Amino acid sequence: MTFFLQNVMNALQWGSFYALIALGYSMVYSILMLFNFAHGDIFMTGSYFGFFISSALVGLSITGTLPLPSWLLLVLTILFTMIATAFLGMIVERVAYRPLRDAPRASAAITGLMVGIILETGNLALLGAQRRNYPTLIETQTYLIGGVTITSTRVMIIALSILLMVALHLFIRRTKWGMAIRAMAYDYVVLPLMGVSSNSIAVMTFALGSALAAAAGIFFGIAYPVLEPYMGILIGWKAFVAAILGGRGSIPGAALAGFLLGFIEIFVAAIFPSTVRDLIAYSIILVILTFRPHGFFGEPYSAQLRL
Amino acid sequence: MAVIDRALSKYRNSALAGRLRQAFSRVPVLGWLLGGLAAAIIERSVGYPLSRILGMANVPSLFGFDSALSYPLLIPNTFLYAVLMYLLPITIIARLSEPLANRLAAWLLNFPNWVSLIVHLVLLYAAMHMWAFMGDYRVLLLKLILIAIMVTLSLNVVNGYMGEFSCSHPGFMALGAYSASVFTVLFFVQDSVFGAPLLPPFMGPFLFPLALMIGGLVSAFGALFIAIPSFRTRGDYLAIISLAFTFIVKSFFENLEIVGGPRGFMGQPDWANLPLIFVITMLCVLIINNFVRSTLGKALNAVRDDEIAAEAMSVDTRKTKMVAFLFSAFWAGVAGGLLAHVLRYVNPSTFGIFKLSEVLAMVYLGGLNSVVGSVVGAVGFNILSEALRPLEILKWIVIAVLLILVMIFRPTGLIAFRELKIEDLIKPKTETEEEVEHVAASS
Repeated sequence: MTFFLQNVMNALQWGSFYALIALGYSMVYSILMLFNFAHGDIFMTGSYFGFFISSALVGLSITGTLPLPSWLLLVLTILFTMIATAFLGMIVERVAYRPLRDAPRASAAITGLMVGIILETGNLALLGAQRRNYPTLIETQTYLIGGVTITSTRVMIIALSILLMVALHLFIRRTKWGMAIRAMAYDYVVLPLMGVSSNSIAVMTFALGSALAAAAGIFFGIAYPVLEPYMGILIGWKAFVAAILGGRGSIPGAALAGFLLGFIEIFVAAIFPSTVRDLIAYSIILVILTFRPHGFFGEPYSAQLRL
Repeated sequence: MAVIDRALSKYRNSALAGRLRQAFSRVPVLGWLLGGLAAAIIERSVGYPLSRILGMANVPSLFGFDSALSYPLLIPNTFLYAVLMYLLPITIIARLSEPLANRLAAWLLNFPNWVSLIVHLVLLYAAMHMWAFMGDYRVLLLKLILIAIMVTLSLNVVNGYMGEFSCSHPGFMALGAYSASVFTVLFFVQDSVFGAPLLPPFMGPFLFPLALMIGGLVSAFGALFIAIPSFRTRGDYLAIISLAFTFIVKSFFENLEIVGGPRGFMGQPDWANLPLIFVITMLCVLIINNFVRSTLGKALNAVRDDEIAAEAMSVDTRKTKMVAFLFSAFWAGVAGGLLAHVLRYVNPSTFGIFKLSEVLAMVYLGGLNSVVGSVVGAVGFNILSEALRPLEILKWIVIAVLLILVMIFRPTGLIAFRELKIEDLIKPKTETEEEVEHVAASS
């Protein structure tokens, strides 16, 4: 039981990274019908932005120029990083996706992949290959409840991730901007006729997705405090798998599938040797997709829909 | 873009271009091949002294592309070398040999087409052989380019002709590479894991094609895992299934201790020589070209454009998808087997996301739905990648920016949707374009 609960905690944390990143894939998909393959690297860049912003803030705080309590440091870091990464997402949309709105979707996939490579190698060229350690933003407290080790950072990461997802859900369901996103997902041809600029909606969606990826990047940095330029590749592709698994374009589906992927990976690694983690995890996904080819919440691919 | 178009049209209409076109429009492919062979022979005989005279330490390995960035001061000399060694001999000999080449090509048409084709290929190989064996670098590069052509073409069958977005090719290559390697090492090499060779090693080079074939078949078997789900799903879900397949294969070999696990597997014999790779690549190009021009190949396009309509027109979509995936995977597996024997080392991490980006980039750079496009994409990408090598890490930024530009201005690739007709390539050019137009106009 303790073993199980312990791994549930791990899986929730690990899954929240996937879920936050998968949301970005899913939102972009729902409005533009394409996957932003640079998203994993936006996550990486967000993590680096978080590293620099938090280092600067911690530095200011320690030297006494701007003494702030640690919770405020964390909040400011998250806020600034999300804003900075949102701008990056907007630039990516403008450079790599908007010129290709009418092109075949595979071409946009290629530009996305290439933007990802530019971000990785640009980072490598600018900052060098050494790994960087995240500064400690909040002190980790460890509690032992019924044999299960619970750290304060882990609880915080899970809580903040869920908070962000709920906030996104409310934004999309309750605000006018959210309504515009939903309208574009429903019919992007009619949307401009209603006086809504589809370009600004696309930019906003990229910004939102990138901001969520940035949050995931900070949380990842807090949980596993080592950064390297290629860290976004694998986690990004896996989040992409989660986004598909949830059903393309489905936001609750992406969140759920992100957590599910976290659970599968953590439990496979806990029960079997950790080297076979990917093997078993992806075999499970392959089986799921064979029997439910449109994911959990997606619409089935059907002949009638395309007429 | 408009600027480039204007400049190009100005060039096309200029007197010089007209005269050049007229001068060379009668030269058949055979003539160009003769020119290439002559250039290669000339370079072989006087390349070294000329490069000394021009102040270079050695013969420029790759038409000067390779050294342009590391020794920018030598660019004029290298350019001069390229003009003297390649451009002038090829054009002059092609022009001079025009009557002879035309007569030869016409005479060859008395025989079945394949005779003429083989003559062309032999000439092409002779030119490449002469050029390549000036240095080890050229040989290795040529081998890798030929293998890249096979991989690109085989991916184009699925991604271009059938219109799926398959990410499984690194997985297929890995399957082919490992099974071909295990076959050769098990049967012909003294290995610490697999023990003494089961067959006498002298038989090895003869049975090597069999090893490649086994690699291809294993890989085609692996393709069943993608082909069967593809009956029910398309597009993004198939992309994810194929991506999961690549991850699974990679992870599988990382956990397979008998072939070295994550450390990789080495000890493959050195049998993948240039002639063999050339023959296999040409077979691959011809077979894939015939395949995509056959009824079954047209069925691929039908499935891509509208699956329902294709089904209504009595196209067996399941069979079509199955054949396309298996066929594509077979060639990817053969290419993987060759790659393993060229590098004489395989490692699971070779066949990951990075390989995928590279292969996809080659396909989409060259052009979808086009055999010529795939060849151009593979050759262009590899030469570009070699030319930019001195930039080290920045190389990937330049390549990525170039690809983004290609995608923005030509979304389907450089040479997309073009059929390659072998018959047109091998026939003599007895009439210039103007004459054809003239005849058409008068009648």
